[in-house]
Amino acid sequence: MSNFSRRKLITTGLAASAGASGLAVAVRLADRYGLIPPDYGGIYGPGTTLTYASHRLLTGQSLAREFPANQISRAPFAKLRPFTIEAYDSLRAGGFVDWRVNVDGLVARPSSFSLAELKGFPSRRQITQLACEEGWSFIAEWTGVPLMHILSAAQTLPQARYVVYYSIQRNWRQSIDMADALHPQTLLVYGMNGGELPMGHGAPLRLSLPRQLGYKSVKFINRITVTDSLKQFHKGSYSWYAGI
Amino acid sequence: MSAAQAASARGRDIIFEYMAGSTWLLREAVPATTEAPRHSALVRITHWLTTLCFFALLLSGIEIVISHPRFYWGETGNVMTPSLFELPIPASRPWVKTGYSFVLPDQNGWSRNLHFEAAWVVILTGLVYVISSVLGRHLRKDLLPGGAGLTWRELSMDIANHLRCERPGEREAWSYNVVQRLAYLSVIFVLFPLAIWTGFAMSPALVSAFPVLATIVGGHQSARTIHFVVSVLLVLFLLVHIVMVCRAGFRNRMRAMITSGALSESEHT
Repeated sequence: MSNFSRRKLITTGLAASAGASGLAVAVRLADRYGLIPPDYGGIYGPGTTLTYASHRLLTGQSLAREFPANQISRAPFAKLRPFTIEAYDSLRAGGFVDWRVNVDGLVARPSSFSLAELKGFPSRRQITQLACEEGWSFIAEWTGVPLMHILSAAQTLPQARYVVYYSIQRNWRQSIDMADALHPQTLLVYGMNGGELPMGHGAPLRLSLPRQLGYKSVKFINRITVTDSLKQFHKGSYSWYAGI
Repeated sequence: MSAAQAASARGRDIIFEYMAGSTWLLREAVPATTEAPRHSALVRITHWLTTLCFFALLLSGIEIVISHPRFYWGETGNVMTPSLFELPIPASRPWVKTGYSFVLPDQNGWSRNLHFEAAWVVILTGLVYVISSVLGRHLRKDLLPGGAGLTWRELSMDIANHLRCERPGEREAWSYNVVQRLAYLSVIFVLFPLAIWTGFAMSPALVSAFPVLATIVGGHQSARTIHFVVSVLLVLFLLVHIVMVCRAGFRNRMRAMITSGALSESEHT
């Protein structure tokens, strides 16, 4: 009996330490290959980490589906409650000619671009679906500049890991990893369905990130920050990674 | 031979004798306190893990669905487009017209986190269960209808028994009847896989890598609608499952699924 329990104790101990060190190695490897999301902690950390890691391994640089023009939604719903921000209203009254997006953080050349300058970059048009976490969706044609062009113009530094983007609306910002920031379909959008971007959809500048849910596609963007840590940026109960 | 092995062997003898068609022999052979493993440890552990996850998924799923209780078919759909059907419930978002004058609190943050965490656990649990059932004897012996003798006579007899609301007898304590097998098989190999598939089909990232996930079910919104309908069917299964367990003897069946201590004749008589 004592023999049996000693053997059991040794095997259990060995298994436990092998498991623990295996897990530690796995975590370090996963971190090195960018498979750990910034919100890996807490009781929902395991789920969100498994989702992020498996998506990074499975999807790579896959392109979101693009649709033919006849599938563009005739009534693209814009979820927006009216807001009044003096700065926004005066910019809007001026036709957004003075709207600027500032790029700062881990870049060699902190920059500031007007809409006209953004439109001077190579542009991309994509007819993609925007799906909200609430369950609804629509398809629209988005025109904009791939974020990677802006980032390379500002010359991101090698230690860059995330890109944070801010709305002119207070406390509205989101962030993505470099894989999504440099993805060809990640656009700073200024045009929609052949015209200007309407106010409800974030005029004059919003993000299009068709591989993630709508809440990552922030509207009214006026600032972009490149960083190596999201400790001071990410908060909130929603999962940081929204590719689900 | 240990006591447990002996009990297990005795259990098999009893089934065998009963299958041979003699109810009398069974009654004779089962002592009042027979202990024989009814469900393997694998079945018991995966059953309760799935139960736990199912309730987490159900609660968080309800919480998520009230943010937009409208359903569509095809690729897109929103409050500006006609719906396929709507749930007659209030919503947690003000832009959904529900006919109610109030808006429910929005709890999607933790609900979505819980939903996906439980989905991970239930998928991993399901993988372990299905792989070991296929490799082991569980699928062939306990689930495929052949194991219970799938004949029209057997099937119609089972259906008639169910329709007459007859209490499941001793026999079902040892081996699932044909209707039961078909119900479990459709839950394990149709409903759960469909729920998982349509869940994946709602992921914009997974669909970007594997577009067939969404296209084969008719689009993003079709996937969401199927996901909902399958969830309702799973809840219906759960209700029937609980009713049947109660009718068969709640304490006895619960004990069988928890400790595997199988039935004793005395509890039925």
